[in-house]
This record gives sequence, C-alpha cells and structure tokens, in this order.
Amino acid sequence: MATALAKAADAGTSVAHAARIEHVSKSFAGPAGQQLVLDDITLDVAPGEFVTLLGASGCGKSTLLNLVAGLDRPSAGGITTDGRPALMFQEHALFPWLTAGKNIELALKLRGIAKSERRDKAEELLELVRLKGAYGKRVHELSGGMRQRVALARALAQDSKLLLMDEPFAALDAITRDVLHDELTRIWRETNLSVLFVTHNVREAVRLAERVVLLSSRPGRIAREWTVDIPQPRRIEDADVAELSVEITEQLRGEIRRHGQH
Amino acid sequence: MASTETTDAKPTGGKATGGGNDLAGLEAGLDALETVQTGRTPFRKTLVDKILPPVVAVLLVLVVWQILVWAEVVDSYKLPAPSEVWSEVRDAWLQGTLHEYIWTSVSRGLLGFLMALAIGTPLGLLVARVKFVRAAIGPILSGLQSLPSVAWVPPAVLWLGLNDRMMYAVILLGAVPSIANGLVSGVDQVPPLFLRAGRTLGATGLRGTWHIVMPAALPGYLAGLKQGWAFSWRSLMAAEIIASSPELGVGLGQLLENGRTANSMSMVFFAILLILIVGIAIDLLIFSPLERSVLRSRGLLPNR
Repeated sequence: MATALAKAADAGTSVAHAARIEHVSKSFAGPAGQQLVLDDITLDVAPGEFVTLLGASGCGKSTLLNLVAGLDRPSAGGITTDGRPALMFQEHALFPWLTAGKNIELALKLRGIAKSERRDKAEELLELVRLKGAYGKRVHELSGGMRQRVALARALAQDSKLLLMDEPFAALDAITRDVLHDELTRIWRETNLSVLFVTHNVREAVRLAERVVLLSSRPGRIAREWTVDIPQPRRIEDADVAELSVEITEQLRGEIRRHGQH
Repeated sequence: MASTETTDAKPTGGKATGGGNDLAGLEAGLDALETVQTGRTPFRKTLVDKILPPVVAVLLVLVVWQILVWAEVVDSYKLPAPSEVWSEVRDAWLQGTLHEYIWTSVSRGLLGFLMALAIGTPLGLLVARVKFVRAAIGPILSGLQSLPSVAWVPPAVLWLGLNDRMMYAVILLGAVPSIANGLVSGVDQVPPLFLRAGRTLGATGLRGTWHIVMPAALPGYLAGLKQGWAFSWRSLMAAEIIASSPELGVGLGQLLENGRTANSMSMVFFAILLILIVGIAIDLLIFSPLERSVLRSRGLLPNR
C-alpha cells in the first residue's frame, strides 16, 4: 500500500494528473440518428483528489466513467490516465467461483504479482477494508456491504493511481452506506489514491468529495463545479453538508426542469 | 487537494466518523447481523427427504408388476415375473458374466465420452468465441443435436466395419454436439458485468477466456456434459443393438438383442434394467455431485 507520505508529497506537486479529460464528446447510434450523450467535457483529476460526478439519469455520467476506464472510446476528444484505472460497479461484480481472498488474488495475479506474495497481500487488503478472516468466504456468504468492501479491496489490489466508482453504494441500505462512506474516506486518506466517483445522490457527493462536478442531461455537459471545504471526517447529516447539498440540489432541479420545457 | 493530515482522526465528541474503533465496531455488528448462517442438513432429514421417496416409488412399481403377473393380464412370456428377472441377475452374477456385460459397455461409453469431451470442449469454445466459426457451424451443431444418433450406425458400419472404432464414431457423433452446445450456451449466459470486471482487471484475450469466461460458463458446461453422457450412452446402446459381431464381446445392447433372438422376455427385461441402472448410476455418482458442488459453492442452490 502507498504510504501517507506519498500522498503528502503528491500534494506538493500539481503538474501531474491522475486523469485528464479533454473536450470529450460521445454519441451513440439511436433510433433518431446519432444521439449526443456527452458534449465537450473537460475535467482534470489531480493526484490524490476525490471528485464526484453528479447528475440526473441520462446525463451520461456512467458513459463518461466507461470512457475513462477504457471500456469504450470517445467520439471526439482525448482522455489520458496515469496507468490503468481500477473500476468499481454498483453491483459488486465479484466472481462467484472464487472466494473473497481469491478474487483479490486474481487481481494481483493479473497485475503480475508473484504467487508467493499474493496470499499475504490479499490478507493485507482484506484487513484494510476490515474483513480480516473473510479470506475463505464465498461471495454468497457475505452481506451486501461486505461484498462491496471485498470489491473495494480487489480494486485496490490493482494498485492503480485512479479509482473509478460507478454508484458503488446505490444498492445498499442507508446504515451500511454511511459506514462505507466512512471506510472509503478513511482508505482514501490513508493512500494516495485519486477517486472519480459517480452518483445521483447529492448528499453522498458532498459527504465524500473535495470537488463536486454537476453534469447537465442530454447531452451531458459540465454545468457547474463546487469545491467542498468542509473538513474530513464529515458525516452525511452534518449541517454544512446539508447546506451545500441544498444549494447543489436547487441547481440540479433547475437542470432537470429545463428538459420539461419543450 | 487532499488534506495533508493523513492519519486517522481520533473520535472527538459527536464527530466520530473516521474513528477507528467506533467504525470497526459498527461494521463488525453490521457484518454479524447480515451474514447468512448455513449449516449441514442432518442425515435423518436427507434420508426422509431424498432417499425414501424413490425407494417407495420403486417398491410400488414392483408391487404393481407382481400384481399384473398374478392377475395374468397378459401371457406370461410377454410379462415375466420379477422373480424370473431376478434369477437372470443371479445367474449372470454366479457365472461371472454380469460384470463383464456391464464393463464392456461402461468402458466403451466412458472412453467414448472422454473423447467427445476432448473434441467438444475446444469446438464449443471456438464456436462461442469466434464469430465466423459460430456463423459457419453453429446452426449445424445445434441441428445435429436433434438427429437421433442411431441414424449414424449404418454409415458408421459401412465406413469403419463392425468393430470398436465404429462404436466410438457413433458415440462421438452423438455426444460432441451436446457438449459443444452446452459450452456455447454457458458462455452466452456469462453476465456481461463479469466480462467488464475482468477487462478492468486486465483479463483480456486468452487470459480473459481462462480466468473469466471458462469458470463463469462452468454451470452451463456441466449441464452440457451431463447431456453429453446421456447421448453417449444412448448412442452406444443403439450401436450395440444393431451391430453385433462375436469379436465385439457382449455388452448390454448385445445382451438385449440376444434376449430378443432367444425369445426370452426375462433376459430382455434384465438387459433393459441394467442399461437403465448404469445410466442412472453414472449420473448419480459423477455428474450430479459435480454439478451440485459447483452450484453450491456459488450459492446457486436454494436449500441443501
């Protein structure tokens, strides 16, 4: 795992980018010809930065994440990332034929880690997400929250500079989600990871991020950005989190209202 | 930019968010509450739920059979008594020919099945993963499944003569399509999410096939194997009944045919019974446990 020191060092230099998205557009072939989903998106994620992409459905936020992950190609513009990013989905996407530990080891193996080191590293990562002892557990034996933590550990096993998260907590109950927010914040602060986190939940966005980027819908454009100065650790029910959430929600509603006017 | 204070904040007052122990304790509680407890079923329950019903069914069939014999519904040469069939079994056992009949057919069937496995697996993978191959031979492969394998016996005899090679040819023509098709449908049913997850982990090309596609397709593949075995066994019986030759030895199909020519209904029943039992036994001893263990390890069996 990267050390706290590495993060502090990264904070000093602001030349590099974990991800650089430049004038990216994406259109898909639809029933009414080419449909523009993303329109001229330009966004940088600095090393160690936590950015949330916020938007209503149809704003193309998942599409953008897929482009950054390299699972799809932009129609125009360019994306550069510092190495191959890790990706976490709304569904845990753990492989049911492997145990929790072996899921993590597969990520290590595909990264080229020697066999002798994999077991220790996997145990270490499980400990990081506080799932010590879950190594031999099958995926179906774990609760929803535990599955997402194993998925997080597997994503961390890739040792990427950038972690992409596609509404990873949307399917969890509120209590579990709060706990995982705390976990994610803790792990993010302990490592020098950059995070690009997609959500439609305004409070979640404010709870987690240093910067919230609001996308408008159809086509997705960057509508506005907020820098979140509230010190970590935060809680989702904090007054200052709520206050900024209200402001952002107003703007988001305005974006959605525009679509009903024609 | 990230906060430069990078260690875990101690819980202070109401704001206990990053607090190590607090969060860890909460998490441990949630994990304990939400984890499903599973246990082994006691043997008595297995006995009552799984073993008793088929035993009762078999006994019932025997009773009805015996009643029909006593009532003389049909001529006795058409319907032998269970005891007559049993004495056929005993005689064959005492003469030492029983295991010979069974082994002749089972060894042929299993060897043929293994060959079908070795051919059907790469073939299925090729059809599933290569678009051109799928378009070219996919429809033929699934069409072949509906062709009764007994249809292959006459050409196989003409091509290869009356020998073991002909038997294996018939088994292969029957079993390879179902094994290949099972794998194809297994691969088709792999959730796209696994493929995406695999790709982000760096499992592409052959590594993706080996680490993601194959294990994900395993349940469908196993179903194909099970069907492949059933087809192997049926094809072999067809071949043994039709093609008889002294050099081929007496297998179960041959035994059935011998019973017919000798006009011995008890021998015919005996042979049919053995064919049925072997088919069921192989399935129960090999394929069902394999399938169950794979499904169970993935949490796909509702209750034990």
